[in-house]
Amino acid sequence: MNMSPNTSQETILKVEDLKTYFPMRTGIFKAVDGVSFELKRGKTLCVVGESGSGKSVTARSILQIVDRPGRIEGGSILLTRADGSVTDLAKLDPRGKDIRSVRGKEIAMIFQEPMSSLSPVHRIGTQIGEALRIHFGIRGNEQRERVLELLRQVEIPRPETAIDRYTFEFSGGMRQRVMIAMALACNPQVLIADEPTTALDVTTQAEILDLIKKLQQSHGMAVLFITHDMGVVAEIADEVLVMYRGKVMERGPVEQIFHAPQDDYTRRLIGSVVKLEKKAEVRLTRAPIAAEAAPLLDVKNLSLTFPSGLKAVDDVSLVVRPGETLGIVGESGSGKTTMGRCLLRIYDPQAGAIDFRRPDGHTVDIRTADKAELKDIRREVRMIFQDPVGSLSPRKNVGQIIAEPLKLAGVKGRELEDRVSELMVQVGLEPAWRERYPHAFSGGQRQRIGIARAIAVKPRLIVADEATSALDVSLRSQMLDLMMKLQDELGLSYVFISHDMSVIRYMCDRVAVMYRGRIVETGDTDQVVNHPQHDYTRALLSAIPHPDPRERRIHKRFRYDPARTVSANG
Amino acid sequence: MLRYILKRLVFAIPTLFAVSIIAFIIIQLPPGDYLTTLMADWASQGGAVEAGTVAAMRERYGLDQPIYFQYYKWIWGILTAGDFGISFELGKPVTELIWNRLGFSLLLSLLTLCFVWAIAIPIGILSAVRQYSISDYTATFLAFFFLAVPDFLMALSAMYVMSAWFGQSVGGLFSPDYVDAGWSFGKLVDFARHVWLPVVVIGLGSLAALVRIMRANLLDELSKPYVTTARAKGMSELELLIRYPVRLALNPLISTLGWILPAVISGEIIVSVVMSLPTTGPLLLRALLAQDMYLAGSLILLISVLTIIGTLISDILLALTDPRIRFQ
Repeated sequence: MNMSPNTSQETILKVEDLKTYFPMRTGIFKAVDGVSFELKRGKTLCVVGESGSGKSVTARSILQIVDRPGRIEGGSILLTRADGSVTDLAKLDPRGKDIRSVRGKEIAMIFQEPMSSLSPVHRIGTQIGEALRIHFGIRGNEQRERVLELLRQVEIPRPETAIDRYTFEFSGGMRQRVMIAMALACNPQVLIADEPTTALDVTTQAEILDLIKKLQQSHGMAVLFITHDMGVVAEIADEVLVMYRGKVMERGPVEQIFHAPQDDYTRRLIGSVVKLEKKAEVRLTRAPIAAEAAPLLDVKNLSLTFPSGLKAVDDVSLVVRPGETLGIVGESGSGKTTMGRCLLRIYDPQAGAIDFRRPDGHTVDIRTADKAELKDIRREVRMIFQDPVGSLSPRKNVGQIIAEPLKLAGVKGRELEDRVSELMVQVGLEPAWRERYPHAFSGGQRQRIGIARAIAVKPRLIVADEATSALDVSLRSQMLDLMMKLQDELGLSYVFISHDMSVIRYMCDRVAVMYRGRIVETGDTDQVVNHPQHDYTRALLSAIPHPDPRERRIHKRFRYDPARTVSANG
Repeated sequence: MLRYILKRLVFAIPTLFAVSIIAFIIIQLPPGDYLTTLMADWASQGGAVEAGTVAAMRERYGLDQPIYFQYYKWIWGILTAGDFGISFELGKPVTELIWNRLGFSLLLSLLTLCFVWAIAIPIGILSAVRQYSISDYTATFLAFFFLAVPDFLMALSAMYVMSAWFGQSVGGLFSPDYVDAGWSFGKLVDFARHVWLPVVVIGLGSLAALVRIMRANLLDELSKPYVTTARAKGMSELELLIRYPVRLALNPLISTLGWILPAVISGEIIVSVVMSLPTTGPLLLRALLAQDMYLAGSLILLISVLTIIGTLISDILLALTDPRIRFQ
């Protein structure tokens, strides 16, 4: 571990023709189908692919912790041990002693969901110390000292108190640091990171990526980094492995993958990422929305304090004009979702006004509207949700789901049938699929169902809350294109809530940046993205991974630090 | 933690008050009272009863007074003197009747609980870890079999087998020689010889539910990501199983611990009657049949009190074992 990373190019892990299959009732599912790669000391290999590409199963195969009924069917995983001997991990018994002496000691792993990947009922010190006890028999005070040292290495504030706390007392970023400390406990030669930053905010993601890089250099580890985010790949990878449906599409240095991709799939993947790096073409050619047009929605000094005392929405004012898309961007806990829900009175804000212009020209304050008025308004203001699985009832078929708001509006019989078919065509679904249930659709198709439901009663404003966050990149731009097409056809306005700056930039005319319940900056999207005025916006923008390995920038990012009030679990 | 317990205790007071009123009303619900039942008994035995006698008795027992006054008298006696009234049928104070049997009820319940947990948890773990294997199916089948057999039938056949084939004295918790004797080592041995049979009979009936709960809980936990994390640390499968998923799967079971307290009084009436156990179950049954108002009312009140205390105990236990609840 005292080896300097650049002096040695030796291969630690060599995977050849790895095959991991899942026997199913309907046949064999080849999750990993002939994957080969090499991992070198001090280097980072990124495995990239969309959901279902088998990248996670590949990583788990190395440690033989694939969930049942999956098993390694062929190939070899050659690990060069610390003493110079070579072991084929694929040949070891998954429950045996030999593979256990590798797990956590020579190859350690960190996972995506730092909340559920840690036990909620054990103190973090116990969970980190376990690896020390298992592999070196270190117990008691000596173990505690080592754990404290590890917590210091991963920069957790006040390690002496943090060691005795539980995972749910920490924020997502801190939990991921705990995971990393756990992985580092035995000084492994190889670190496998399975989407370790996917559940985190961009600024937190940047911190964690920095930390992994730093520890990799000081420990001389090889890192196998699994991600679906090409931006992250460009920022950290030395080499890249592109996977699709269990097979390797392309393998090469990061420079080649981004700037001279050989394979069609890689090209398409990079294409859809690069597409989201600039404004959509349909929006570049469109005439700008007149600034003097009477606003459709005029929110003034809106405030909502939860009973816990948390000021979720704090003096927010914003304007949405007809036909316009207003982006709301912010990190988790910024109050953007709460604010969006206030617009439909799902929550009752305590102060301010939400003036909504009805088709006949007069304005109604949604905040104080009575029941009958609210019912009418909710027909004109609709919502699209983030989770395309949870927001569709599994007991209704697609036709019924889309028909529901129409039925409530009094549409019946033949007319209802026709309208549902028409809507399905409009969002790009076959009307013949109306009898199917939501589980028979992919994530992207489900989100289309949600959109069809939202536009069914001809609304004038749609609040889209992280509508594309659960989708793969290639689907994301399709969905945004669909939403813009519908906007132009139906004259819709959107309030588009997202944590993802690239999505906002692609589709929004104007953007409001939220931070801790307040709007810190509003302006035209180009203005805010290219010339941010507020320090927080600058920090947010500079933490976004840039999908170009020639221009790595998150290490040089700008940090926003409002008088350093962040607490240990902040 | 202490504040939490105190708060819970304060909240329990209005609940108990409401429960005592409801218990009293329920007892009054069937038409007639203890004396009508008594008269019907006498009449069926051919005895003629003068109307004057009934009226006199009704006055003596206070049954001629309005119902709210009867309630007031009863509850006031309980609160000030711990006096639960008199059992009409047995002519003894209710307290004396209940305390005599409560000890055995509690002991029997605790023994049964230990027996069921000791058997059900390992079987549940095995069923979950080896899901859909022969051992899983066998355990599940046996558990459901014992669930399906009516418990009086099981009690009868067990007693028959033990007395006819093994010549054991069955029924009750003691041999006739020891029933009225004071506690001694001999009596303890005799008790142990008798108690295991009702414990097994009652326990086997409730085994199935617990095995299934344990199996379902553990199956949920086994697929959680933290299990994979622990495996990736290099922990052995057995240590991993006990330390993580089993530990978490037990939490929902702990919350059911409090339920055994009310069951101490009302539970397993039929088995107790069949095996003539000196527990409170048969007492409650008889009191309800005879409309023995104060005895039945006191037992129902006691069940409610024990339900509230039991819930409190399991909440406290859960808070001790699960930090997520403690820190809320």
